[in-house]
This record gives sequence, structure tokens and C-alpha cells, in this order.
Amino acid sequence: MTHQYPALTPEQKKELQEIAQRIVAPGKGILAADESTGSMAKRLNPIGVENTEENRRLYRQLLFTADQRIDSCIGGVIFFHETLYQNADDGTPFVKMIKDRGIVVGIKVDKGVVPLAGTNGETTTQGLDGLSERCAQYKKDGADFAKWRSVLKISETTPSELAIMENANVLARYASICQQNGIVPIVEPEILPDGEHDLKRCQYVTEKVLAACYKALSDHHVYLEGTLLKPNMVTAGHSCPTKYSNEEIAMATVTALRRTVPPAVPGVTFLSGGQSEEEASINLNAINNCPLSRPWALTFSYGRALQASALNAWRGARDNEKAATEEFIKRAEANGLASRGKYVSSGTAGAAGQSLYVANHAY
Amino acid sequence: MTHQYPSLSPEQKKELATIAQRIVAPGKGILAADESTGTMAKRLQKINVENTEENRRYFRDLLFSVDPSISDNIGGIIFFHETLYQKSDKGIPFPKLVKDKGIVVGIKVDKGTAGLNGTDGETTTQGLDGLSERCAQYKKDGCDFAKWRCVLKISDGCPSALAIAENANVLARYASICQQNGLVPIVEPEILPDGDHDLLRCQYVTEKVLAATYKALSDHHVYLEGTLLKPNMVTAGHSCPKKYTPEEVGMATVTALRRTVPAAVPGICFLSGGQSEEEASLNLNAMNKTPLHRPWKLSFSYGRALQASALAAWKGKPENRKASQDAFCTRAKINSLASKGEYKPTGQADKAATQSLFTASYVY
Repeated sequence: MTHQYPALTPEQKKELQEIAQRIVAPGKGILAADESTGSMAKRLNPIGVENTEENRRLYRQLLFTADQRIDSCIGGVIFFHETLYQNADDGTPFVKMIKDRGIVVGIKVDKGVVPLAGTNGETTTQGLDGLSERCAQYKKDGADFAKWRSVLKISETTPSELAIMENANVLARYASICQQNGIVPIVEPEILPDGEHDLKRCQYVTEKVLAACYKALSDHHVYLEGTLLKPNMVTAGHSCPTKYSNEEIAMATVTALRRTVPPAVPGVTFLSGGQSEEEASINLNAINNCPLSRPWALTFSYGRALQASALNAWRGARDNEKAATEEFIKRAEANGLASRGKYVSSGTAGAAGQSLYVANHAY
Repeated sequence: MTHQYPSLSPEQKKELATIAQRIVAPGKGILAADESTGTMAKRLQKINVENTEENRRYFRDLLFSVDPSISDNIGGIIFFHETLYQKSDKGIPFPKLVKDKGIVVGIKVDKGTAGLNGTDGETTTQGLDGLSERCAQYKKDGCDFAKWRCVLKISDGCPSALAIAENANVLARYASICQQNGLVPIVEPEILPDGDHDLLRCQYVTEKVLAATYKALSDHHVYLEGTLLKPNMVTAGHSCPKKYTPEEVGMATVTALRRTVPAAVPGICFLSGGQSEEEASLNLNAMNKTPLHRPWKLSFSYGRALQASALAAWKGKPENRKASQDAFCTRAKINSLASKGEYKPTGQADKAATQSLFTASYVY
């Protein structure tokens, strides 16, 4: 560990840093439209739409044809492999449509979770084989960033040391390979919200997981200024009897990040997990109003939390496309405001929210 | 690693965070007056003063008895054990003298380096035995923070993975024990400036060492908001043929810190190593003007760089007391300005001339 063998030239670093900063420019976040074919089945079934390639194309089209209102709130779109090579009705490739409006194109590159034998149902994520060649091709085909999701869960016995270490390591390998190919890696160590654990437990686990991630990234010589982080917010488990305010979630989340994420990381783009659209926006807003110094952009990388209403409005009918696109634009704008701490939900009282922040030494 | 067994209560955390923030309040830094008896021998020999307990007391008294306005520039003073139990000329215990000026009292708690077998002359630091009891006593005797120095060096084979891991671990154990006893731990992983390596090499090693340090602190459940970091600045080795500007030192140092030190750490107080007083001030000033966002305070914890002129002015003669005190106060004021990026030494080229020396951060 005594000698440096530079992994990247200054020009490569500059490119990566600029891409990352463009994605999380003030007021902007990411549309995660990278649902795999299997995940799309779960989205389309509830609205009675058949999971065909054409339906998936039609659905992504109604998102990508949103008007210029999204240009100021969407910095990047994550694609699934199939979508990267699909076109709009008029034959324009989706990639070109997105890039031409100044939005960065990203690509999901992992190949799903696989079990870690000898653990309590824990997993790692596969996809490293031939990843360098795949990244090189994706870069040629228009992608400038990538996403890889690792998954951990909280229970009496998890996450285990092995799960934390193995997932951190595989994320760091992925990140290193991406950067070699001019692609900004989004590092996603998701801790599932399933369970009855409280807020403090989630915060504790999140801190341990993120500390392991950044040690692994350091060990693998990853250039942090050319990465983004996509973590869970710190929340109680779904089945936890105690309910927490948005301010408590914000304070716990920002505290955990301040203890683990080096300032060199340009942006943190939260996943929405199982949160509703409104919940995800309000929590992001509270995070950006948290009275602790935050050296990275704090924004969104939402899938369901940007698309739920759009899917419902669409229900597979071409006549509903405009209405569905409108729903997406509404959520994009709401989250753009939330990333600046300026989102006012129709339900919340402004001043009343402030007093709910608990001093951070309680976390 | 799945369950938390809180090591500190909210009240303990609040106390530690408050102490840390007082030490690095805007414009303030630390006077490292914790030279061991052996180290004081080296300082006093240079000015032909005998290394007696009284001479050591006299010199510390000289420093601690300056005008109370020193507390505008000094937030904390690190003591050596002997000094903690000495008194001023007027019979006031030193901790009381310092505390009454609103300055936080700290104590060096490590017991020096010990060899790591099988390495190329590398070391770890000892002092963990009975450390909890010692910390509890020091807290009663007026201390609110502690300091522990680990040492690494750069050479062809160093620092080794063992040296990095072992020193990070021992620093984390020390920090954990301090916090249990209400003492804010200053974590000092010093990488020596000896050698002919260049700036980039020092930056690389500093990043690896600090990454290991903060992983160890996380593993040992240390409350970062109640700690301070005392690192080396990122500089080329003493024998490196290439010379670098303060702006390059600033950029390399701040870049390394941004990549490794979590924002929760309230302050970073650089050691001066072998730097001259002026060099240490100019470099600190450059840190605070580096055009990169810095979420922690960047201040000083200087020994020689605050005391060299004072020692040289004193020369062991009582009639030189005031001149010596003035010299110390002058350096303290200058470093206070440097900690805010406001130090303008006479004769320095104007802003425009220095601006162009910043190389974009992506080169680092």
C-alpha cells in the first residue's frame, strides 16, 4: 500500500467528476427507470397491463417524452439494458432523446442477487464477469453512468460481517471497473426497510455498512469525486410500532451520512424503497432542511416514487399517455423542489415541522 | 455488527461534542506544550538551558501566564503529565491558570512508540494499560481532552499494511477509552516528512492511513462528533528535490482530507512536524483558502511552530520573559489568522499572483 499506481489519468478524473456533478446539479435528481423485465411485471400486473416488450417501450416513452419542465429537475435517467436499445414511435433512440435534452444516460449493470451460503438468507450481487467490456460498449452506446444494487437486511442476526464485507467489496470492484471505462459508478448498498427494528437500529446498521463501503472503495483505489452514493434513508422498519416524524428521519439520515460519507463524494441520491411518492418527497425535503452541515448534494434516485401515479393514470391506454406524463412531471418537479429543501406538501404546516428536529447528539 | 450497545449516553455525547467545538471555535487552535522530559532536553539544549524540572516549569509558566486575550487564539493546551501538577510563580496550579482563561486543558496519554517486529523499523504506540483509570483521574484533575501520537514513515516498503492497521487500531482503542471518561480524544496518525518522496506520494499514503483510521474508529464505535484529528499536512519529503508552493500543499492536503475524514469530525488541527514557524502558518493559511468545500475546521496544534521564537528569545534569562511571551503571542495571533485564511504576511504577492498557482483538484 505504499506506492501509487494511478488508476486514472487527470483527464479521466476530470471527465468522471464533471459527469457526476452534472447529474446532481442543484435542483436535479435521477429517474430510476431501470426496472428489469421481472420487476416491470410487478409494476404492470397491478394496472392490468401485459408485460410485453412493446408495452415496456410505450411506458418508458411516455416518461421520456415529458416536456422541458423536467430538464431542470432530472439530471440523469437509469436505463435497463433492453430500453437502451429501444426507440420512440418516430424511430428516435431513447438514448438520443434523453442526451439531446442535456440529461445524462445511465445503465443498470448488475445481474441480480445470489445467496451467501452459510448466512441467514443474505445475498451478494453478481455481474462482475466481463463487466469491463460491457461498460466499454455501454459508453460507446451513450451511457455515462452506471448503477449496481447490493442488498442487506436487518434482523436479529443480520446483517452479518460477511454480508457487509462481501457486498462492500463487490461494490468497490464494480466501481473501479466502471471508472476505467469512463463511467461514473452509482454505489447502492441498500438496507431493506423490512422488519420491526426502530430508527436507531437502522441508523446504526447504516453507519456500519457505509463505513465498510468507503473503506472498500479506498482499498480499491476508487476516485470518490467521480462516484455517487445511492443509499436508503434511515427509517424504522415497516413493522416497527413507533412512528417517526420526517424531521427525525432526516436527522438520523444526515447524521449517519456525516459520520461515514467523505465530503469528496459529490452527491447522495436516495432510493425510495417502499415509500409512497409523497412520503419520499417530504422526507427528502426534510433532509435538505436538516440543521447540520451537508457537504454533498442530497437528492433523489427514485423509481416507484416518481412513477406510481403515472402508471396508475396510464393503465396501458394510449389515450391516457398525456395524463400519465403529467403525473410524472408533477412528481419530478416536487422532488426537484425537495432536493432544494423548498417543497411544500399540501398537507404539511411549514413552521410546525421545524421544531421536530431532535438535537443530533441524541443520535 | 447488527445490534447497537450504546457506548455513550446522549449527555456524554453532548459533553464531548461541546468540548471539541470549544477547542476549535473560530480563530482558535491548540498549543502543544506536551513535550516529554526527553523532548524538552532537545529544546532546552538548543538555547543552552539546563533541563531541570524548575526550568521546564518556568518556561511553561511563561507561556501560560500571558495576557488572557490569548484565549482568542488558543482554544486548548496539551500538557505533559509533569506539567499538569506544577504551579505558576504565584502558586496557581497550571490547569486552573489555563482554565480560568477559558482555555481547555488537554493531556498527552500515550507512552511512546514500540517496535513492530518483522517490519522495516516501523512502530506502534503503547499506553493502553490502565488507560481508563488514568483518564478518569486526569478528568478529575481538570483535563477535558487527550492526545495520543502514532507514527508512520514513508519509504520503499513503508508504511506496511501491518503498521497502518496496527496504529489505526491502537488509536481507536485509545479514543474509545477516552470518551468513556469524558475526555475528547485527539487522534494523531503522524506520517513523518523524512524521505525524498514527492507530494503525490505523501498524499496517497495519507489517504490510505486516514481511511484505515476512520474505519477503525467506526469499528470501535467511537463518537466522531466528540473527537479531533491531528494529522500531518501533505507535503513532499524533506529531501525531495522538487519544491512545492503553500497552495499546492493546501490543495493536496484538503483533497486527501475530503476523501477520508467524515464531516461529523468537528475539527482538524495540523501538527507542524519539522516546519518553521512561518512555513507552518503560511501552509495553514493556504489550507483555509483552498477552493474546495471544507466541512471541518482546519486549525493548528503546534509545538515547535508556536514556541521556537519564544525559546530563542528566552534563552533561560528572566529578563527576557516579556520578549519571549510577546514572541509566543505573536505566533498565536498569526496562526489564528491563518486558521481563518486571513493571514497576510508583509511582502506576500497579491491575490492575483497566488491564484494562478492552484492546480485543479482533479489532478490530485
